[in-house]
Amino acid sequence: MFHRESGYFKTTYAADSGLYPLPIAKWTIGVLLAGFILLPTISTALSGAVSAEYYVSVVNLILIAVVGALGLNILVGYTGQISIGHAAFMSVGAYTAANLAVKLGLPFWVTLPAGGLMAAFIGAIVGIPSLRIKGLYLAIATLAAQLIIEWVINHTPAISGGSQASIEVPRPTVLGYPLKTQRELYYFLLFFAVLAIVGTLNLVRSRIGRAFIAIRDQDIAAEIIGIDIFRYKLTAFAISSFYAGVTGVLYTYYLGIANYENFLITTSIDYLAMIIIGGLGSVLGSILGAIFVTLLPILIRVFMESFGTLLFSASELNNVIPATRLGLFGLLIIVFLVVEPEGLNRLWRNIRNYFRVWPFSY
Amino acid sequence: MQCDRTGATQTVGVFFCPAVHDYTNLINSKGGVEGRKIRAMEIDHEYKVPQGMEAYERHKKEGAVSILLYGTPHTQALAAKLAEDKIPGTSPGFGSAASADGKRYPYLFPIAATYWSQAAAAVKFVKDKLGGNLKGKKIAYLFYDNPAGKEPLPILEDLAKLEGFELKTFAVPAPGVEMGAQVLDITQRYRADFVIAHLFGRSPSVSIKEFKRVGYPLSKVVSFVWGSAEADLEAAGGGAVAEGYNTMQFAGVGSDYPVHKQIRDMYQKEGKPAPKEMASTVYYNRGIFHIAVHIEAVRNALKAKGANANITGEDVKNGFEKVKGVTLDGLMPPLEITPTDHEGGGWVQIFTVKGGKLTKSSEWFRAYPEVIKKHIEADAKKS
Repeated sequence: MFHRESGYFKTTYAADSGLYPLPIAKWTIGVLLAGFILLPTISTALSGAVSAEYYVSVVNLILIAVVGALGLNILVGYTGQISIGHAAFMSVGAYTAANLAVKLGLPFWVTLPAGGLMAAFIGAIVGIPSLRIKGLYLAIATLAAQLIIEWVINHTPAISGGSQASIEVPRPTVLGYPLKTQRELYYFLLFFAVLAIVGTLNLVRSRIGRAFIAIRDQDIAAEIIGIDIFRYKLTAFAISSFYAGVTGVLYTYYLGIANYENFLITTSIDYLAMIIIGGLGSVLGSILGAIFVTLLPILIRVFMESFGTLLFSASELNNVIPATRLGLFGLLIIVFLVVEPEGLNRLWRNIRNYFRVWPFSY
Repeated sequence: MQCDRTGATQTVGVFFCPAVHDYTNLINSKGGVEGRKIRAMEIDHEYKVPQGMEAYERHKKEGAVSILLYGTPHTQALAAKLAEDKIPGTSPGFGSAASADGKRYPYLFPIAATYWSQAAAAVKFVKDKLGGNLKGKKIAYLFYDNPAGKEPLPILEDLAKLEGFELKTFAVPAPGVEMGAQVLDITQRYRADFVIAHLFGRSPSVSIKEFKRVGYPLSKVVSFVWGSAEADLEAAGGGAVAEGYNTMQFAGVGSDYPVHKQIRDMYQKEGKPAPKEMASTVYYNRGIFHIAVHIEAVRNALKAKGANANITGEDVKNGFEKVKGVTLDGLMPPLEITPTDHEGGGWVQIFTVKGGKLTKSSEWFRAYPEVIKKHIEADAKKS
């Protein structure tokens, strides 16, 4: 946020390595968190209960995307291993949780970690080729994993629950109370999204995180300074897949159904787009990217609905809106990347750095 | 209304969605439903589920009383939500066959023949074509390898036992543009007496071309509803190539129904030419069919509550369950939706390509309702 560091002196290592060393930063985070907790209440007060339900539903989609994008960024952004199979790991988590919830009747606080762990396990196996191959070759290997997992789910009734390959799961219950409305689900999702954010922030400044970054920057050098590449590459795959699995479970509980058609290759590409637009190798970038990719199509439509009638007749507009939505979406992504190749995160840092010394920027 | 004009199934959406608007405008220009105007709000979801969810919440925010769904994964994703919010949704020709069960899915209405009913009707059609007896005959089932493609399998297997025919399945993997091997297998090695095809997107046209190439008579192929449009025939090389190809329809084909004349007149009055989308009559008519059922449901709701009442999703749901006898002069099947049967009977019609055009070759019919009923009940018990 916009604040200056002058006048604060750190006297211990612990203070220096704190996530938010400045009191004002702690306050900002506190206010932000409070804002998010009160968000449904505020939006209800501003726009009425019916509209608030819609706004909260959009935020819910973003929260789910944030968890998934963070997971992918750990692998691609921090460890430098390309993966096009992210959505497949989500489906692994989704089906694991759905089967446990329906067949064994387990509650979400068991199925959610179980889905994540299962995805982590599969992810670690898929990560094995990364020990020998890099770059585009690895991308193709993970693409193969995506297709294999899709096929296996589609053709194994024991996993997919029959020819429709979809399993209806009951709503998550907290203390016997089922979470049904968008507002209730919002807190459910917010809890896990915050957990994922805090987890990642701490992960990347730990020993494991530094090992990931060393591998990304130069894997041979990393090996020479004593980082066990075998272990850390597979760990990166496992952690990333764990996040993906949890995303899949959250999505399953959010929809009330596990269906592998929600986790096709296009979803993998969407998540890659999120972290590239947001900024590789940054937590804030994952969040911004998830917000951007989810929100942009919605905003384009709202904008076109309001102003499109100036240019087109109503019946034409129905054809124009979806087309412009796709076109404008692609165009904006290109523009953003040309303006700032390092993503929204860098854009934000540039703005912040400008104001940090403003008005004496010399 | 959810719609897909840009995603994986855009070949359907670009004709389907304008038809919904045209029919809505027609009804409104004639004074609306019981004096009330209908507003059809379209949101394109690119055939992606998150966008579909967002579209649904947006519709809910705008106060929608009933929703035209689009896409099998979207229908399944919204099934629970619709019941919680008490807004009826319809899924003609897609969604899940088990949702015909009105008790289990009170707010989901397939309104047209599900894949199970289509499978039963296809077998009935084959039986008639092969002289009324299927004992020892070989039927090949060529399907797109996804959940929707596999859904009819249990019905076909049951009917194979019941009628004594031999069934062999041939899966076409996504994206379904390569099926030379499967077609050769069907025609040369298996030597099927008849082929039932259940394909989507580009793949129906590929199948027509392949069957033609190996010299298999297309009159021995019957396709499910999503391989049945003019666009598929054109992509295969025009009506002449597809001569004899049998297609299954849940709404009538052709633009000579009185409702088309009314829509053309409406456009003429505004000084505009008739919409070009009308030329693709299969999808256009399905669009009309889809919205017409909704309008009838709303009409029933308004009749029950009074023309000035503020109707809710629940009222429209009850309205759906009273839909009966809307035919639009043959464009629609003899639909009868009841609180238990949300499919409305499961009627289909077969159209055959004759002289390059889709020509009606059967009346509305349905088949083996007892087999389908058994499966719906078994499915309800499973959960």
